[in-house]
Amino acid sequence: MTGNDATAEAMRQIAPDVVTCFPITPQTELMHKFAEHVADGDVDTELVLVESEHSAMSAAVGAAAAGARAMTATAANGLALMWEIVYIAASYRLPIVMPVVNRALSGPINIHCDHSDTMGCRDTGWIQLYSENAQEAYDNTLQALRIAEHPDVLLPVMVTFDGFILSHTAEILEGLEDAEVKDWIGTYEAKYSILNTDDPVTIGPLDLQDYYFEHKRQQVEGMRHAPDVIREIGRAYGELCGRSYDLFEAYRLEDAELAVVALGSTCGTTKVVVDELREQGVKAGLLKIRSFRPFPEAEIAEALGNAKAIGVLDRSISFGAPGGPVHKEIKAALYGTGHEIGIVNYIYGLGGRDMSMNDIKTAFAGLEKVAREGTPDDNIRFLGLRGEGGV
Amino acid sequence: MSEAIEVARTYLRPGKKLPTVWCGGCGLGIIMSAMLRAIAAIGVDKNKVAVVSGIGCTGRMPTYVDFNTLHTTHGRGLAFATGVKLARPELTVIAAMGDGDALAIGGNHFIHACRRNIDMTAIVANNQIYGMTGGQYSPTTPHGKRGTTAPYGNIEYAFDTTALAVGAGATFVARSSVYHAREAGLLIEKAIRHKGFSVVEIISNCHTSYGRMNKFASPVAMLEWMRDNSVSIKAAEHMDADALEGKFTRGVMVESDKPEFIQSYDEMAERVATDPAAVANVKKVIQSYDAMADRLKPENG
Repeated sequence: MTGNDATAEAMRQIAPDVVTCFPITPQTELMHKFAEHVADGDVDTELVLVESEHSAMSAAVGAAAAGARAMTATAANGLALMWEIVYIAASYRLPIVMPVVNRALSGPINIHCDHSDTMGCRDTGWIQLYSENAQEAYDNTLQALRIAEHPDVLLPVMVTFDGFILSHTAEILEGLEDAEVKDWIGTYEAKYSILNTDDPVTIGPLDLQDYYFEHKRQQVEGMRHAPDVIREIGRAYGELCGRSYDLFEAYRLEDAELAVVALGSTCGTTKVVVDELREQGVKAGLLKIRSFRPFPEAEIAEALGNAKAIGVLDRSISFGAPGGPVHKEIKAALYGTGHEIGIVNYIYGLGGRDMSMNDIKTAFAGLEKVAREGTPDDNIRFLGLRGEGGV
Repeated sequence: MSEAIEVARTYLRPGKKLPTVWCGGCGLGIIMSAMLRAIAAIGVDKNKVAVVSGIGCTGRMPTYVDFNTLHTTHGRGLAFATGVKLARPELTVIAAMGDGDALAIGGNHFIHACRRNIDMTAIVANNQIYGMTGGQYSPTTPHGKRGTTAPYGNIEYAFDTTALAVGAGATFVARSSVYHAREAGLLIEKAIRHKGFSVVEIISNCHTSYGRMNKFASPVAMLEWMRDNSVSIKAAEHMDADALEGKFTRGVMVESDKPEFIQSYDEMAERVATDPAAVANVKKVIQSYDAMADRLKPENG
């Protein structure tokens, strides 16, 4: 199945009460597939076809506030148009699950993969799970629902996977039986619902200098509980089907001297490169981030503790900042740990530019020098770029 | 050299962007050429024309035409175009949009641009479907017709684009089809010449998505449908409701004279600048700001 089909399959099995959608490349096929399931009577979901992504997220918020299990999906400019309501979903503590098919944000207009869309909303209060392949997109979607609805968390979750690279390429998918999924997700009873006439509540009224700050602090609390919940659900999922998940994956990292940190589909390519380098006697390793929000800084710092050089791969730019979003988090995680490790940031793959094994080898080759000499002045590099700054 | 080749040589961007991304037989080429013929007939300098678009198949149009062009975000072509016109009122501004772009995600911009009566031309290429993303039903998909998101027929009702534009206050509203290519060009020419907000809806064909799902065997079948199911407004005057059932009308729906936005803006500015009371008011406001700025200076505590 393609990443889009696999995610639509997970949605069919979840059978949310309400799904809202609006087409955008490369998410469109996901919703097509799901619409087919609805039209064929394979799933009993209210599918609402709205006139923009702003409305898609608004309708999902309305449905979730009424106590429904609600989902939508989008990409790039669609996510950008939702922005206002993306924040609102998190602050209303509505456990909406949204697959986001990563695509570059305009302009100039581009429909191919990078992470500028979801990295842009890393501070919206949503949990973000990144997927390496279609299998993970499927597995993450099923787990996301449990994470979002966990009473200690109650936060919306974005499940991301790389546009075209994963959304439009087929791989073998190991799915769960419908009955297993039904059992796995259980039934959902919203703690507060605007349709509960016995105990009426108001959601989202004016909240000024009096209590706004306290409510934001409560969101922090939900996010603080999330790592344990994500881990616990990842373990339980492993018991169910043999594929367990953690906040991140350490691939041949334990004794690695040269470590690459990445997320998304590039991790698969990086694993092959790590294997090759290991055969040549290079102590290479990969740290694959699955949960970027919450960001498990202490565990990541510990996992990278033995490295002599770290190369952080970023598929987006944080303009004017000291490096890409992942790079900054890794540096912050290592601060105060006492490890003086050389770090280089490799920005790569913007607008869908291919990330080949050779590019990743170039990154590792650069790290050998960093291991010897520490963090260089030119520590933000552009992998696969033509012209100045490119490596 | 024929007129068509002359127009193509003058107004198309040669090089790597051509041929177009549009499917063979798509009506958008006819609409683009109608627009170019209209501009040629008016004779406006091509450096004084701005063509703005949003997203979708129609959104690609500015890529191919050699004017000042701006390819923007989904549904926002008119909003960007409004900015262009306000900053450079001397430009001839045209927004090219599809039905999804103009009437769904950009519907709000559409009605307010009509209401504002700013001197621009909106070309709505209406192929009754979201073409580029794969045939989802749009706000102009007729009731009962199929889309990929309406495999058993659309249960919603379509916008009548021209009626919407008339209701929202556009001062020139017309409709034609890609079958009536010459008429389409003449209507676009009238629309561009009109001082105020003008809307030209051109019924077009998306045989790839709409036609395939709605029993049109070919692009030609869709063009023949336009030929057989449209009537000029003049002819429609003599037809009753039964005879008009299922048909669309072609021609100029509205052509009225109302003060144009930029003209009204300039007049207001002139009026305020020459009205002693208004000038005094403005001076008072400026003085109060100056006084506040003084108070906030560190040396004044």
